[in-house]
Amino acid sequence: MLHQSLAFGQTATPEAVQFWVLAPVAVIAALGMLFMKKAVHSALLLAWVMVTLAIFYIAQDALFLGIVQIVVYTGAVMMLFLFILMLVGVDASEALVENIKGQRAASILAGLGLGGLLLSLVARASVNQPAAGLKLVNQTGNVQSLAAQLFTQYVWAFEVVSALLITAALGAMVLAHSTKPAARNKQRDLSIARFRGKSLADAAGLPGSGVFAKHNAVDVPALLPDGSPAPTSISATLKARGDVISPTPFALEHTEEVED
Amino acid sequence: MDISNYLYLSVILFTIGATGVLVRRNAIVIFMCIELMLNAANLALVTFSRVAGNLEGQVASFFTMVVAACEVVVGLAIIVTIYRSRRSASVDDASLLKN
Amino acid sequence: MRTSSLLVYLIALPLFSSALLLLLGRIADKWGHILATLITASTFVIGVYEFMKMHSQPSGSRAVTQKLFDWISVGTLKVDAALLLDQLSICFVLLITGVGTLIHIYSIAYMSHDKDRRRFFAFLNLFIAAMLLLVLGDSYLNLYVGWEGVGLASYLLIGFWNHNPTYAVASKKAFVANRVGDLGLSLAIMICFAQFGTVSFAGVKAGAHGASSAALAGIGAMLLLAACGKSAQFPLQSWLGDAMAGPTPVSALIHAATMVTAGVYLISRSNFIFDASSTARLLVVIVGAITLLFGAIIGTAKDDIKKALAASTMSQIGYMILATGLGPVGYAFAILHLLTHGFFKAGMFLGAGSVMHGMDDEVNMRKYGGLAKLMPITAVTFGLGYLAILGVPPFAGFYSKDKIIETAFNAGGIKGILLGGAALLGAAITAFYMTRLMVMTFIGAKRWKAGSHPHESPLLMTLPMILLAVGSVASGFLLSYGSALVHWLQPVVNSQSMEEGKPLMPALTVSLLALGVVVLGAFFAITKYRSVSDLAPEDVSIFTKAARKDLYQDLLNDKVFVEPGTLLTAGLVKTDDRVIDGFVRFVGNFLAATSDVLRKVQNGFVRSYALLMLAGLVITVIAVWVIGA
Repeated sequence: MLHQSLAFGQTATPEAVQFWVLAPVAVIAALGMLFMKKAVHSALLLAWVMVTLAIFYIAQDALFLGIVQIVVYTGAVMMLFLFILMLVGVDASEALVENIKGQRAASILAGLGLGGLLLSLVARASVNQPAAGLKLVNQTGNVQSLAAQLFTQYVWAFEVVSALLITAALGAMVLAHSTKPAARNKQRDLSIARFRGKSLADAAGLPGSGVFAKHNAVDVPALLPDGSPAPTSISATLKARGDVISPTPFALEHTEEVED
Repeated sequence: MDISNYLYLSVILFTIGATGVLVRRNAIVIFMCIELMLNAANLALVTFSRVAGNLEGQVASFFTMVVAACEVVVGLAIIVTIYRSRRSASVDDASLLKN
Repeated sequence: MRTSSLLVYLIALPLFSSALLLLLGRIADKWGHILATLITASTFVIGVYEFMKMHSQPSGSRAVTQKLFDWISVGTLKVDAALLLDQLSICFVLLITGVGTLIHIYSIAYMSHDKDRRRFFAFLNLFIAAMLLLVLGDSYLNLYVGWEGVGLASYLLIGFWNHNPTYAVASKKAFVANRVGDLGLSLAIMICFAQFGTVSFAGVKAGAHGASSAALAGIGAMLLLAACGKSAQFPLQSWLGDAMAGPTPVSALIHAATMVTAGVYLISRSNFIFDASSTARLLVVIVGAITLLFGAIIGTAKDDIKKALAASTMSQIGYMILATGLGPVGYAFAILHLLTHGFFKAGMFLGAGSVMHGMDDEVNMRKYGGLAKLMPITAVTFGLGYLAILGVPPFAGFYSKDKIIETAFNAGGIKGILLGGAALLGAAITAFYMTRLMVMTFIGAKRWKAGSHPHESPLLMTLPMILLAVGSVASGFLLSYGSALVHWLQPVVNSQSMEEGKPLMPALTVSLLALGVVVLGAFFAITKYRSVSDLAPEDVSIFTKAARKDLYQDLLNDKVFVEPGTLLTAGLVKTDDRVIDGFVRFVGNFLAATSDVLRKVQNGFVRSYALLMLAGLVITVIAVWVIGA
């Protein structure tokens, strides 16, 4: 292939086919993750890269790691990412305008430099023996062999890592726990506040979305009796995300443009 | 196909991740890029394991995953906390160290 | 060797009491002095009990030890914190605790008007603890701890009234002079370790037989330097006169009876070194002989009663040091003189304190006179001490001082005649200045300041004086009856192994000779000082002027050590300021200027820092790439 000096040995044809199909896709997905404007899209692309890697793990006789990759990474960690995105990142489409001078150019330069150097290092590296393969080691099964290693030679590291995991869980709880500065308003309090307010306009509650419109989805504003759309009927979150559909096509006659 | 192709893939993914950390401003995306770097390193470890013919690489990879999980948990908790106080997940806003 | 678990209490009790009094502060003001006195008395009881037990043992197995803990264990150096009580240390333990208790009792009354009496007693107890550690340590290093401890206590007590700048300076002077001596002791310990690999007395003793004479002479000289510092011997004696700035009980306990004799203890304890090195012995006798004359001459010119007594102390310790240099039997006589001196000099200091107490803290003897009638107890106890120091039979000094003079004459040849002559001359001068002191203080016309009302001191003060006076009378006879002390100390200092040379002259001749010069000296003093003016005459001979100035020792120290030292220090300060500080400031300014530029990199953006990290990584990879190529 690229360098004969890196005599690691060749793979079987099916694996090669699989690699050449999946690897370019993984690279494209990773690049896509880099360029996507919305964090949610990035997360989904990352999940795809991780699944690809899981397949590569399994192809390389690392069955256990492959499964763990899917279960823990793609399953748990990425879900956590998405969950946090839902929590904080509804407006997470960031402006792609760089505000640190020269940061982007320097970053790309450094990234390309690093990639080029690493690639050339790998290309230059030579092992004077063919790949040993894991057939012998995995004779009793990959999981069993890995377990035998983990619970004998690395049992101390294993325990330490478990302690780290517990500490991290506790730390996350402490960090994420927030004490409310004041007692939360009950329904009764809210009701009193509405009636004691300056105007009684909202006294009966805000209008629901889609009321009187031709379409009753959550992103379609309600129409007021005069046919104009009611901005208060749409959730602020949807408005912030820009996911509001113009009610014009669904409005009765004599409606004005919804102000965004 | 040469087995070293896995290493090239690993390097490419690592570089993409590193560049992503530098250019993106959303803390969550930066985190994802870090995860990508870790995954790329894991791929290299698994490949080394296969070349060397023992499971040391896989064990190391396993520990990397556990530590990465810890890091994600704490990191995301920090992001939530920052977001709660600043209403923003951009790392450029958290620049109080300036001056 | 027998062990005893009681020894540690000798040190621990006063140490604890001292810490308690200092930590409790004003709470302990009411009862602090009583506690301190009781503690010291209890150490005396322990000392007596240990003495009884020791006395009941056969002479070869009297020493007891107590190991406290492993102190230092570094490579081949192993030092235990261990205590050793043998025939030599018990003499000191009894002297320290006994005289210490009496002086504690005396101080209760003497210091009763001082608002810091509690602090005073805390320091006194600290001194007792340190002094006991000094004499009980079983190695030079343990001794060193006690040695420094008494130095500290002495410093604190001399400067007890440190609101008076002169007194504070005096305490500093004592401390610095002691440091010079301490340097000698630490050097001696280091040579011991280098030569013998151990610093314990037993180990050094075992090693001393095979050691080179140069090493032994070096150790001996360094130990002698240490002794000179602590015991105010020539050429480090200048601090003792100024040390009289401390309260009189301190002068009695520390600067007459106990601490200043630590040098004698050190030399006696190191007898195996000095026995093996004639060079070191020669140095010792020279220092002793010079100091005994030096101190005596200074004593003739002092008008300050305490300074006169201090000069006398210096001179008497000179006798002891001289004795320790005279070979095995000399150690026993040195210790004998040390013990008797402890009684009569402490007694006289307390007497001086009593006089000062009655004369509104006046120390100038020219303002005294005719006090015998008004202070009969003080006069009588002081008089007994006076007879003892003169060496009039059968008082204590006769037994100890005559033996030293006799041994000095028997040293052989020219050396013997010179040393004996010096000791005899010293005795004559001693008689002269002590008689002068007696006459000026207790006899003759009243030369008091207007408004003085001399009166006898209270019982708490007179009682210790009476007890010490009894010691001044009887101790010499008791200790030397049948050569008791010589036999007692035999296992430690080998005091009976003296080769039987032909004495220069019979003992009776020496005694008569000594008595003769003493009477002569006393007679001169009586005729000269029967009537004195209350102002020191100015038109005096050059010798008197020199003696008044401590024989110009301070001047010499200033010219030889202090002034060049000051110049050197000034030069060093200048170098430090220009060269070293200049360099340091340059580095600082350089860094500040560079930082000003580099500061701009710190823009607070995490991603910029990450970029720098990545750039560093790239450089590292390049380095790997280049090196691997």
